[in-house]
Amino acid sequence: MSQLTDIHVLIPILPEIVLGCGAMILLMLGVYAGEGSARFVNGLCIVLIAGVAALIVWMPAGRASMFGGSFVVDDFARFLKLLTLTGSAGALLLSLDYLTNEKLQKFEFGVLVLLATLGMMLLISASDLIALYLGLEMMSLPLYVVAASNRDNARSTEAGLKYFVLGALSSGMLLYGASLIYGFTGTVTFSGIATATQNGAGIGLIFGLVFLFAGFCFKVSAVPFHMWTPDVYEGAPTPVTAFFAAAPKVAGIAIFVRATVVAFPGITHSWQQIVVFVAIASMVLGAFAAIGQKNFKRLMAYSSIGHMGFALVGLAAGTPEGVQGVLVYMTIYVAMTLGTFACILSMRRDGIMVENISDLGGLARRQPAMAFFLAMLLFSLAGIPPLAGFFAKFYVFLAAIKAGLYVLAVIGVLASVVGAFYYLTIVKIMYFDEAAKPFQSMPALLRVVLGVSGLANLLFFVYPAPLLGAATVAAKSLF
Amino acid sequence: MTWPILSVVTFLPLLGAVLIMIMVRGNGALAKGTARWISMWTTLITFAISLAMVHRFDTASPEFQFTEKHDWLGVASYHMGVDGISLPFVILTTALMPICILASWTSIQRRVKEYMIAFLVLETLMIGTFSALDLVLFYLFFEGGLIPMFLIIGIWGGQRRVYASFKFFLYTLAGSVLMLLAIMAMYWEAGTTDIPVLLRHGFPAGLQTWAWLAFFASFAVKMPMWPVHTWLPDAHVEAPTAGSVILAAILLKMGGYGFLRFSLPMFPLASHDFAPLIYTLSVVAIIYTSLVALMQEDVKKLIAYSSVAHMGFVTMGIFAATTQGVAGGIFQMISHGIVSGALFLCVGVVYDRMHTREIAFYGGLVNRMPLYAFIFLVFTLANVGLPGTSGFVGEFLSLIGTFKANIPVASLATLGVILSAAYALWLYRKMIFGTLKPAVESIRDIGLREAIIFAPLVILTILFGVAPKPVLDMSAASVTQLLDGYNKAVKTAEAAKPAVEAQNLSGKIIPVSTTR
Repeated sequence: MSQLTDIHVLIPILPEIVLGCGAMILLMLGVYAGEGSARFVNGLCIVLIAGVAALIVWMPAGRASMFGGSFVVDDFARFLKLLTLTGSAGALLLSLDYLTNEKLQKFEFGVLVLLATLGMMLLISASDLIALYLGLEMMSLPLYVVAASNRDNARSTEAGLKYFVLGALSSGMLLYGASLIYGFTGTVTFSGIATATQNGAGIGLIFGLVFLFAGFCFKVSAVPFHMWTPDVYEGAPTPVTAFFAAAPKVAGIAIFVRATVVAFPGITHSWQQIVVFVAIASMVLGAFAAIGQKNFKRLMAYSSIGHMGFALVGLAAGTPEGVQGVLVYMTIYVAMTLGTFACILSMRRDGIMVENISDLGGLARRQPAMAFFLAMLLFSLAGIPPLAGFFAKFYVFLAAIKAGLYVLAVIGVLASVVGAFYYLTIVKIMYFDEAAKPFQSMPALLRVVLGVSGLANLLFFVYPAPLLGAATVAAKSLF
Repeated sequence: MTWPILSVVTFLPLLGAVLIMIMVRGNGALAKGTARWISMWTTLITFAISLAMVHRFDTASPEFQFTEKHDWLGVASYHMGVDGISLPFVILTTALMPICILASWTSIQRRVKEYMIAFLVLETLMIGTFSALDLVLFYLFFEGGLIPMFLIIGIWGGQRRVYASFKFFLYTLAGSVLMLLAIMAMYWEAGTTDIPVLLRHGFPAGLQTWAWLAFFASFAVKMPMWPVHTWLPDAHVEAPTAGSVILAAILLKMGGYGFLRFSLPMFPLASHDFAPLIYTLSVVAIIYTSLVALMQEDVKKLIAYSSVAHMGFVTMGIFAATTQGVAGGIFQMISHGIVSGALFLCVGVVYDRMHTREIAFYGGLVNRMPLYAFIFLVFTLANVGLPGTSGFVGEFLSLIGTFKANIPVASLATLGVILSAAYALWLYRKMIFGTLKPAVESIRDIGLREAIIFAPLVILTILFGVAPKPVLDMSAASVTQLLDGYNKAVKTAEAAKPAVEAQNLSGKIIPVSTTR
């Protein structure tokens, strides 16, 4: 107890404390200042996230562990926390104008995003099964609520409910898997599990591992636990979809990587085949199922399923190179996703949001800058050099080839060719087709998000060293 | 060397594109004019600087020159340089670009700004492809070219432009992603993606086979070789004139360049083993696509098929792996770059006037367009391979080279020369001679702008036909070095073969004896 009274030991968790307390204060502020202050409170949420990010950057480097080893801060955690915070802040930036226009501006939205982000940060640092579960639930509960935040809209409510029911089921499976792992190893800490499994594992433990993976796959929307994704993406208000596509995916992948690499290094060959299957299934399904989509948000859902498959290619390698690839992939993925959603949120015609791909017809004639950036983002999502998305795929496949996963790599790159088809279809609609009615001009905030993400994606190849260096350092901290 | 001349040549067009993006606003006549002039000057200056490179190039040395190297990706570095094999292609690119810009001067009226930007970006990517000395960098330029070309075909193309642009993009991408995996496997084997280092690295035979097949998948599509050539006629027919020129003259050469730069020197054993495959596909391409060309009703399609046939000579010559064959392959590519580019420009001239490419529509053009008839004749004969034109030198050398390696293949390929004469002369008779069709009665002969476009091409075609030495000399040292390495590797492997076979034999006997 005396240790806990010493305030110094709390320094590693300071960003989370600040974020949690800040969220409470903003909640109180919103309650007392009333509905009129909603935009202001949501704006303050972004400021708070920026502050927390600064805190993480400022914190001393190196590895710190607390609460009996269940909470770890290392370079891996710091990297992914910054990325998650970027995703959350980006989604909030995208939401400000949209919520005002759609008369959905509520201060609870920002606060819920903050609380979900807090859950993600705890999840990223989780180093035992209990912390893992707590972080996961802390992240998921606010997500269910924000998915249904457009209460008067049947699709949004349906999305929230569907996400909740399936999410609860997956949490149950994950918990069951965790209990099996605990039962067969006698410990909940990742390091303890690693010690217990260093000489292989029995069928019971593998059984638990499969259930644990089922829960992870649900959170990152990997096949075969992807079914909720298209409906929730389509039904939820668009900024919420942008948020779903960015931040929780990062946290989900983070814990997926940490749990497998840190807790099960002794049985790599056992989990590797599961990850390989999940990666292949996600890449292939994402590529083929997206072809028939007419709704842009639904298409992005399948696109994100495919991208999670590519990210998992890096994990399947199970090497420092692979983890580095995953980190690079997720960073570039978040940047591309936020930019693309900035475009989707600008598809407003005569005061009404439109979501169909065909509404983009002839965009290059009407809004050349937006069309150019969106086209570059789409080529990047397809993985065409010299755009950033190419490097994302490059590093995960580089790791897969080193690990000898040739079949996975060949299927993966061929799936990326199939995937290129539907991205090209959107480019075709924007550039080759005749002009549809123009959209309203793009709000300034969306322009900023699109500009930053578009330029980062276009010019990444000029100076890739900082991201690659940071990812290498972060990946090494796990091994 | 005081300034990075190669990087300047590579990225100057990109600078021009950025300049157009910033400076040109709106869609007025002034904006169009500015875009045209900026791209004209950019390409001309690029060409001038590239000529300075030729001047400073040491033809006696087989090594890479004008090299630059900077840290870039950790695994890969920014490493640029040219040798005798790549420099001719760089010059071909820089020389054809101003001609393409000039050829699009009046025929492109829609979205001029974007058109010029796409062409300038494409030029940077093409020069980069030929001068990259790092595999990842090469892949970046090689694949990056898909984006502007996709837009050029799709936006400024003809009726079926969407189909053609998708086919072009997906075909090429599907071939190339496998090459990317091979590049990665080579990286883990050799520990670097630096091309000069990889050229000296002897890859194990097993990896050579797989990597060769992966590179083949990419370059065969790009080249294109039969049977993966079907994207080319579609892309050619639908692309705007200048797009077809670039496609035929430069993009196709990337495949041949890839074979020369990677497949032959890095995987000599696999190249040796797969040579019969290449011979077969090349001969099929030469004979079959020539026959297909005979049946075409669309001028552009006919020239497209004739391109496939001519590229057959190139692949055949390269994989014959004799000095004449390789030199002939390079020369044939350069010559084909000039001649097929010029033929597409010739089609563009009548298309701009009549807006149709149907052969049957034209007839008796010589009565109205004597100058055009003359120019078309020069390029038709060069396409046939008449002695005295550049087409002859390339075909002749690659045939001699192949004859030394494989007589039946060379004999069959020679049939292609006859067939190419058949379709090319048939096309010329239909369009230029015969009775003047009423529909083309009022057609104008070529004007000053068009004459300026064709003049250098006519001169080069005849000059290289009579005096091919400059091109051959430029590449000679590099070709010799390439083939020395190739022959040494093949000889070593042949010498080692009996030993390996003996080992296998004894290996087979042992288990039998132990089971007893």
